[in-house]
Amino acid sequence: MTLLEVVQALDAEILYGQTLLDRELETCCGSDLMSDVLAFTKRNTLLCTGMTNIQVVRTADMTDLGGLVIVRGKRPPASFLEEAEAEKLPVLATKHTMFETCGILYACGLKGCSVKE
Amino acid sequence: MAEIKALKLAFDVPGANFDRAGEASAKLKRTLQQVGVPAEVIRRVAIGSYEGEINLIIHAGGGQLQAEIYPDHTRVIVSDQGPGIPDVKEAMQEGYSTASEEARAMGFGAGMGLPNMYNCADAFEIQSKVGWGTIITMDFKHQDR
Repeated sequence: MTLLEVVQALDAEILYGQTLLDRELETCCGSDLMSDVLAFTKRNTLLCTGMTNIQVVRTADMTDLGGLVIVRGKRPPASFLEEAEAEKLPVLATKHTMFETCGILYACGLKGCSVKE
Repeated sequence: MAEIKALKLAFDVPGANFDRAGEASAKLKRTLQQVGVPAEVIRRVAIGSYEGEINLIIHAGGGQLQAEIYPDHTRVIVSDQGPGIPDVKEAMQEGYSTASEEARAMGFGAGMGLPNMYNCADAFEIQSKVGWGTIITMDFKHQDR
């Protein structure tokens, strides 16, 4: 699923990454717990989260995530987006809740980061 | 035989400063990219190093992050002179955590840090003593698993 398809499915706003919409995402993870993102995600995963602190961007950088979706209509601070831009990490915002966001993306065919292969 | 020299990096990680958590690991990651280490290996080094950096900030009041990059492997050493771990075996269990509310509010402190470092590294060693501090050594071979 491409980032553009994610934008369309979630009616999302692009906070950063207008030129990266052809990026192909392989898996998706819904979590506010960065500890779990560090332990259970794979490369090129889309992370759906309600967290908007700078550690989300750092965690995404360390784990080579493919993009972020900020759920529940939240807005990250400017410093968040500046760092995301420096890392070329697309950031989307949707008004959907975490549950709805994950459900919509799952129905679109995006797979989870299963613990067991 | 000529001695193989490592590229060495060292960072001081200040305690109780979440805004800067991850800066040292990010610099290590960029360096590994520059010397051409495989991306899958860099990801494991970065995660292990970042977990260590977060631990220094949450638990130890700061410490040192060192990296030695050799042609065939990278060694990451996370050390502090903090309170030490009373029971290392207990601390290595997934879900065991003594992290503060502040750490949890940032999305950390789920008791996954040490087990995740162990899982990411090809070799993992931890030395800790109460009142002395903690030293964690992780080795990462430069080859995909």
